[in-house]
Amino acid sequence: MQYLAVFFLAMELAHRVALGVVMITVIILSVVLTVWSERRVAAFIQHRVGPNRVGPFGLLQPFADVMKLLFKEDVVPSSANRFYHVLAPMISLFAAMTTVAVVPFANGIAIADVNVGMLYILAITSLGVYGLTIAGWASNNKYSLLGGLRSSAQMISYELAMGLSVVSVIVLADSLNMTNIVESQTANPLYWNCFRNFLGFVCFTVAAFAECNRAPFDLPEAEQELVGGYNTEFGAMKFAMFFLAEYANMIVASMVIVTLFLGGYQVPFWSEAPWFVQVGAFAAKTVLMIFVFIWVRWSVPRFKYSQLMNLGWKSLLPLALLNLLLVAAGVLLLGGK
Amino acid sequence: MIESYLPIFAQIVVAIVLGVLLSTLGVLIGPKRKTAQKLTTYESGIEPVGAAKERVSVKYYLVAMLFIVFDIEVVFMYPWAVSFREYGIAGLLSMVTFALLLLAGYFYIIKKGALEWD
Repeated sequence: MQYLAVFFLAMELAHRVALGVVMITVIILSVVLTVWSERRVAAFIQHRVGPNRVGPFGLLQPFADVMKLLFKEDVVPSSANRFYHVLAPMISLFAAMTTVAVVPFANGIAIADVNVGMLYILAITSLGVYGLTIAGWASNNKYSLLGGLRSSAQMISYELAMGLSVVSVIVLADSLNMTNIVESQTANPLYWNCFRNFLGFVCFTVAAFAECNRAPFDLPEAEQELVGGYNTEFGAMKFAMFFLAEYANMIVASMVIVTLFLGGYQVPFWSEAPWFVQVGAFAAKTVLMIFVFIWVRWSVPRFKYSQLMNLGWKSLLPLALLNLLLVAAGVLLLGGK
Repeated sequence: MIESYLPIFAQIVVAIVLGVLLSTLGVLIGPKRKTAQKLTTYESGIEPVGAAKERVSVKYYLVAMLFIVFDIEVVFMYPWAVSFREYGIAGLLSMVTFALLLLAGYFYIIKKGALEWD
């Protein structure tokens, strides 16, 4: 009997590891699609055509770009710190690829269903800061170093607002487990956290934009003043890895926003939906969030650095704290609904 | 419960392997024609002036310190949030007190001008 139990445990572990590998593949493919759709949407917003030559609708353009980067020379500047120059893109990619491990894609379908899922996500996303900071420092280039410093200061500032708005979600869900957080939002869209906890939703989304270094918070790589920012000295596959990590971060951030605030895999008014419908609902919501990311990037101009820090420290932080107290009082008064 | 964390470790291993694989591929496939000019620091075609690692604004250091202080305070809120419903009104009152103490420090650093960036 004991051997059988071990066997089942091993089988389940194998399933989950396989799901992890599948998810990394899915993320890489969606990065390719996101890069393409970002360029097409940008072109549409700016009344241009956008890439349309390579393959149908230009769909193969990102593959062509990756092939080009793959055949470029891998340069480490002579004044750079070789070890950290190689390590930095790996850290960025690592943070982007491991965050997804606790996100539930349907009821019972997650790579790891641990009871401190939310803490795990916060811990891993904090690691992403190291990638950019080390990249800026190791390059031994003024612009890289400034970009790296800016990004680390920006990311840690917005992590506070992010952490505080997550606390309000936990108060509502009464659990740190991601599946429980989704289940607490029920199949009725009015109970989703984006309505129950609107301020928290706004704070978290703004902080997520800043964490991903996306416009209007893309100061770390403001090309008019910092050349390329932290990745000025990175070429070939190392640049591709930073690029991959940046877009993977955006996709994973969309998934986390969907899980925490948009009802996750819940299908509106259909609480017992089969798993493939739930996965479809999850994917549809994620695509919607990614579209919002792209839309904002091409509609909102970049902040000044002082404005960015003021927004993070003087607006979002007190707002998130106030929201937490309001949500806690609301839970007490209304008994958790 | 410990075995529910195993898939996370597997995911971490897969992510590391992916990173190493991509970096190695880039080094293996790309050409290797290094010249002294190519390996200089890139400053948009201008000859590099001075060293990169000079003194930087102390503001970054301040922000990092303030982050540590506030982030630790946020971390205290996680266990509170999970067990909030057991404590009820007492839990809310203690958190309001905690938030007020937090805000006192917060207004202090704002008045001190620690977050001014001009």
